[in-house]
Amino acid sequence: MKTKLITGLLAGSSLLGFAGMALAQDKTITIESWRNDDLAIWQEKLIPAFEAKNPGIKVVFAPSAPTEYNAALNAKLDAGSAGDLITCRPFDASLELYNKGQLADLTSLPGMENFSSVAKSAWQTDDGAATFCVPMASVIHGFIYNKDAFDALGIAVPATEDEFFAALEKIKADGTYIPLAMGTKDLWEAATMGYQNIGPNYWKGEEGRIALIKGEQKLTDPAWVEPYATLAKWKPYLGDGFEAQTYPDSQNLFTLGRAAIYPAGSWEISGFNTQAQFKMGAFAPPVKQAGDTCYISDHTDIAIGLNAKSPNADAAKTFLSWVASPEFAEIYANALPGFFSLSSTPVKMQDPLAQEFVSWRDKCKSTIRSTYQILSRGTPNLENETWVESANVINGTDTPDAAGKKLQDGLDAWYKPAK
Amino acid sequence: MSSADTIRRPFRWHILVFLAPAILVYTAFMIVPLAGTLQFSLFRSIDRVQTFVGLDNFRTLFGDPRWSAGFWNALWNNCWFFIVHMLVQNPVGILLAALLSSPKLRFAALYRTAIFIPTILSFVIVGFVWKLILSPLWGIAPWLMSSVGLRGWFAPWLGKEEHALTALSLISVWQFVGIPMMLIYAALLSIPDEVIEAAECDGITGMAQFWKIKLPLILPSIGIISILTFVGNFNAFDLIYTAQGALAGPNFSTDILGTFLYRAFFGFQLQLGDPNMGATIATMMFFIILAGVCVYLFAIQTRLRRYQF
Repeated sequence: MKTKLITGLLAGSSLLGFAGMALAQDKTITIESWRNDDLAIWQEKLIPAFEAKNPGIKVVFAPSAPTEYNAALNAKLDAGSAGDLITCRPFDASLELYNKGQLADLTSLPGMENFSSVAKSAWQTDDGAATFCVPMASVIHGFIYNKDAFDALGIAVPATEDEFFAALEKIKADGTYIPLAMGTKDLWEAATMGYQNIGPNYWKGEEGRIALIKGEQKLTDPAWVEPYATLAKWKPYLGDGFEAQTYPDSQNLFTLGRAAIYPAGSWEISGFNTQAQFKMGAFAPPVKQAGDTCYISDHTDIAIGLNAKSPNADAAKTFLSWVASPEFAEIYANALPGFFSLSSTPVKMQDPLAQEFVSWRDKCKSTIRSTYQILSRGTPNLENETWVESANVINGTDTPDAAGKKLQDGLDAWYKPAK
Repeated sequence: MSSADTIRRPFRWHILVFLAPAILVYTAFMIVPLAGTLQFSLFRSIDRVQTFVGLDNFRTLFGDPRWSAGFWNALWNNCWFFIVHMLVQNPVGILLAALLSSPKLRFAALYRTAIFIPTILSFVIVGFVWKLILSPLWGIAPWLMSSVGLRGWFAPWLGKEEHALTALSLISVWQFVGIPMMLIYAALLSIPDEVIEAAECDGITGMAQFWKIKLPLILPSIGIISILTFVGNFNAFDLIYTAQGALAGPNFSTDILGTFLYRAFFGFQLQLGDPNMGATIATMMFFIILAGVCVYLFAIQTRLRRYQF
C-alpha cells in the first residue's frame, strides 16, 4: 500500500512537473481519490484514453489511503488546496460537502442523461433536485456457486425460493459440501450478503425502499419481516460453528471448494477468479414464485464530482462528461470486474462472472441497500442495528418479528418522515 | 518564636527544578486533555456550533432508554469482565508465584519467562491468534478436544451470546496472568528467611505456612494487583475491538465501556461520530474508575497491616 502510494506520489509529481515545463499552455486537472489500488488503471488506461481525445488537458490521479481520505479531503477543501475533481463517497458524506458549497452542482452536465435516477440517488439532494457527482460504479448482490459441485450433484441453478431450498437440502444430504458459506461473527455478512441481498424481492426494490423513507411502510410490515424469516431458514445449511465464522473464513471456505454456494457481492469476482480452482457461476436472489418480477441490490458505491472552487472548471467538466460516456464505462468495468458502470448504455465485459451479474440488470429491477439513504442519519443507526439483528435472526436469538420491531422502534426514536 | 525561624534556610529551588519536567509533561499530556474531555461533555454541537448545554448530555445518557440501555449493558459486561479477572487471573497468578518460589522447582526461570511472555504481546496478535485457535473451521481447539473425546463440548464460543464475554475474559486472563505472578513472586522472595525459619521452629510448614505466614505478608501486593486489574479492566478496549469488532457482537454481548465509547465518539460505518456524547461516556468512565480507586485507597489500603523487617 505504502510503496504504491509513494510511487503514485512520485509519478504524480513528475507528471505535474513535466506538464508544467513542456506544455505550459495546457490545463492540468487533479483527481482526489481513495482508490489507491486503482492507480495503475488510471495511469495506464483511463487517463491516456482521455488525453488522446482531449489534447490540451492533462489529468493527474492523486489518491490517498482509504482510511485517511475523508479527513484529508475535508482538510484540503477547507484550506482551498484540494484537487479539481473529487471522488465521492455515497450519500451523507458527499451531501455534506455539497451543502457546505464545496462540491459544484452538476445537474445540467452533458452526459448526466446517461444515468437512471436510481444510479444518481446516492449523490443527490434529498428531494432529488440537484445532482453533484457523476456516478462511476456500483456493486451487485447475488449468489456465486461452485459449478463443479452443482454438476456433480445434478442440481440446476435455482430460480425460485423453493428450488433454492431444495438445492440446499440436496447438498446437505450429500454431505460433500457445506451448502452455504456464510458466518454471523462479523455481523455485516448477515446483513449485507443476507438481508440486503434477498430483501429487494420482498419489499419490491425501490418501491418499498422509498415507501419506507416516506413513512408509508414500516419495518414491521410483512415485506420487511419475511426476508428475516427466510434468513432464519438458512441456519441449518450454514457450516458447523457459523456463529464464530468470519468474513475471510467464508471466502476461504468457498474458494477452497468446501462450500457450494456463497452469498456474494460482485466485488468478490476478481479475488475469487484468482483463488478458486473450480468453475464458478452466479445466480440472482431467487424469487418467491416462478415468473415474479425479480429485484436486485445494485448498490451505488463510487462517483466523481467537481470542486466548486476549481480554477479549471471547464476542463474538469469536459473530463466529467467523458466519465459519463460509454467509453469510460467500458474501460473501467473491464479493468475492475465486479465494479459495474452505472451508465444506462450496456457495457461489454470480458469476465463471464461479471457478465452474468450485470445481465440481471436487464431482467430485474435495480435498487440500492435500503438503509443507506437518509435512514442511517440518526442514533440508533439503522444500518448498524440491521447488522446486529440480521445476525441475531440467523443465530436464532431473535425471531423475525422481534427483529423488525426492534428496528422500527429504533427508527421511530429519531426519524420523522415528511408527511 | 522558635529558633528555626531565625536561621531560615534558603528556599530550595532545586526541588522545583527537579519536579518541573514531570509536572510539565504530566500537565500537558494528562491533566489538560482530561480537563478538555470533561469540558467537552458539557457541550453539544448545535448547527455546527459548540454550545454549552450543562448536564444535558448526561441526561441523555441516563434518561434516553437506548443510550441508558447501552450504557448499563456495557457497565455490567465490564463488571463481569472484572469479576472473571479477580476470580481467575489473580488466584492463578498467586498460585503460580507460590509454585515458582518453591525452592524444589526445577526450570523455574523457564516457566517464569514462558508465562510472562504473552503479557508483552500486542493485543492485535493475541486477538487474532485466539480467534484462529477457537475457530470452528481451522482452529486447533476443536481438533484437540476431539482427540480426547470431548468434541461434543466444543462450541463456537466467540460467536455465542452467552459465552463470548467469558471466553474473551479468559483470553485476557491468559494474556495478563504474568503480571500478578511477577508481583507476588517478588513479594514472596522479599519475605526474610528468619520469618520462615521462625515459623518452621514453631512447627508451621507446607500449606499452613503459606496461609498463615506468607499470605498475610503479601496482602499489600494483592491489593495493588486488584486495583491495577480494576483500572486496566475498566479501561479495556483493544482485545474486544480486535476480536469482535467495534459492534462488540453477537448482539452487544461483549460490549464494554471502551467499545461503547469508541462507537459514540468516532462513529461506525454509516454512523457519524458524536464527540460530545463520547466525551460524556469517557467522563463517566473516569468517575467510575476514580470511585473504585478511592474505595481502595480509603477503605482498603488504610486497613492493610504492613510489616517492617
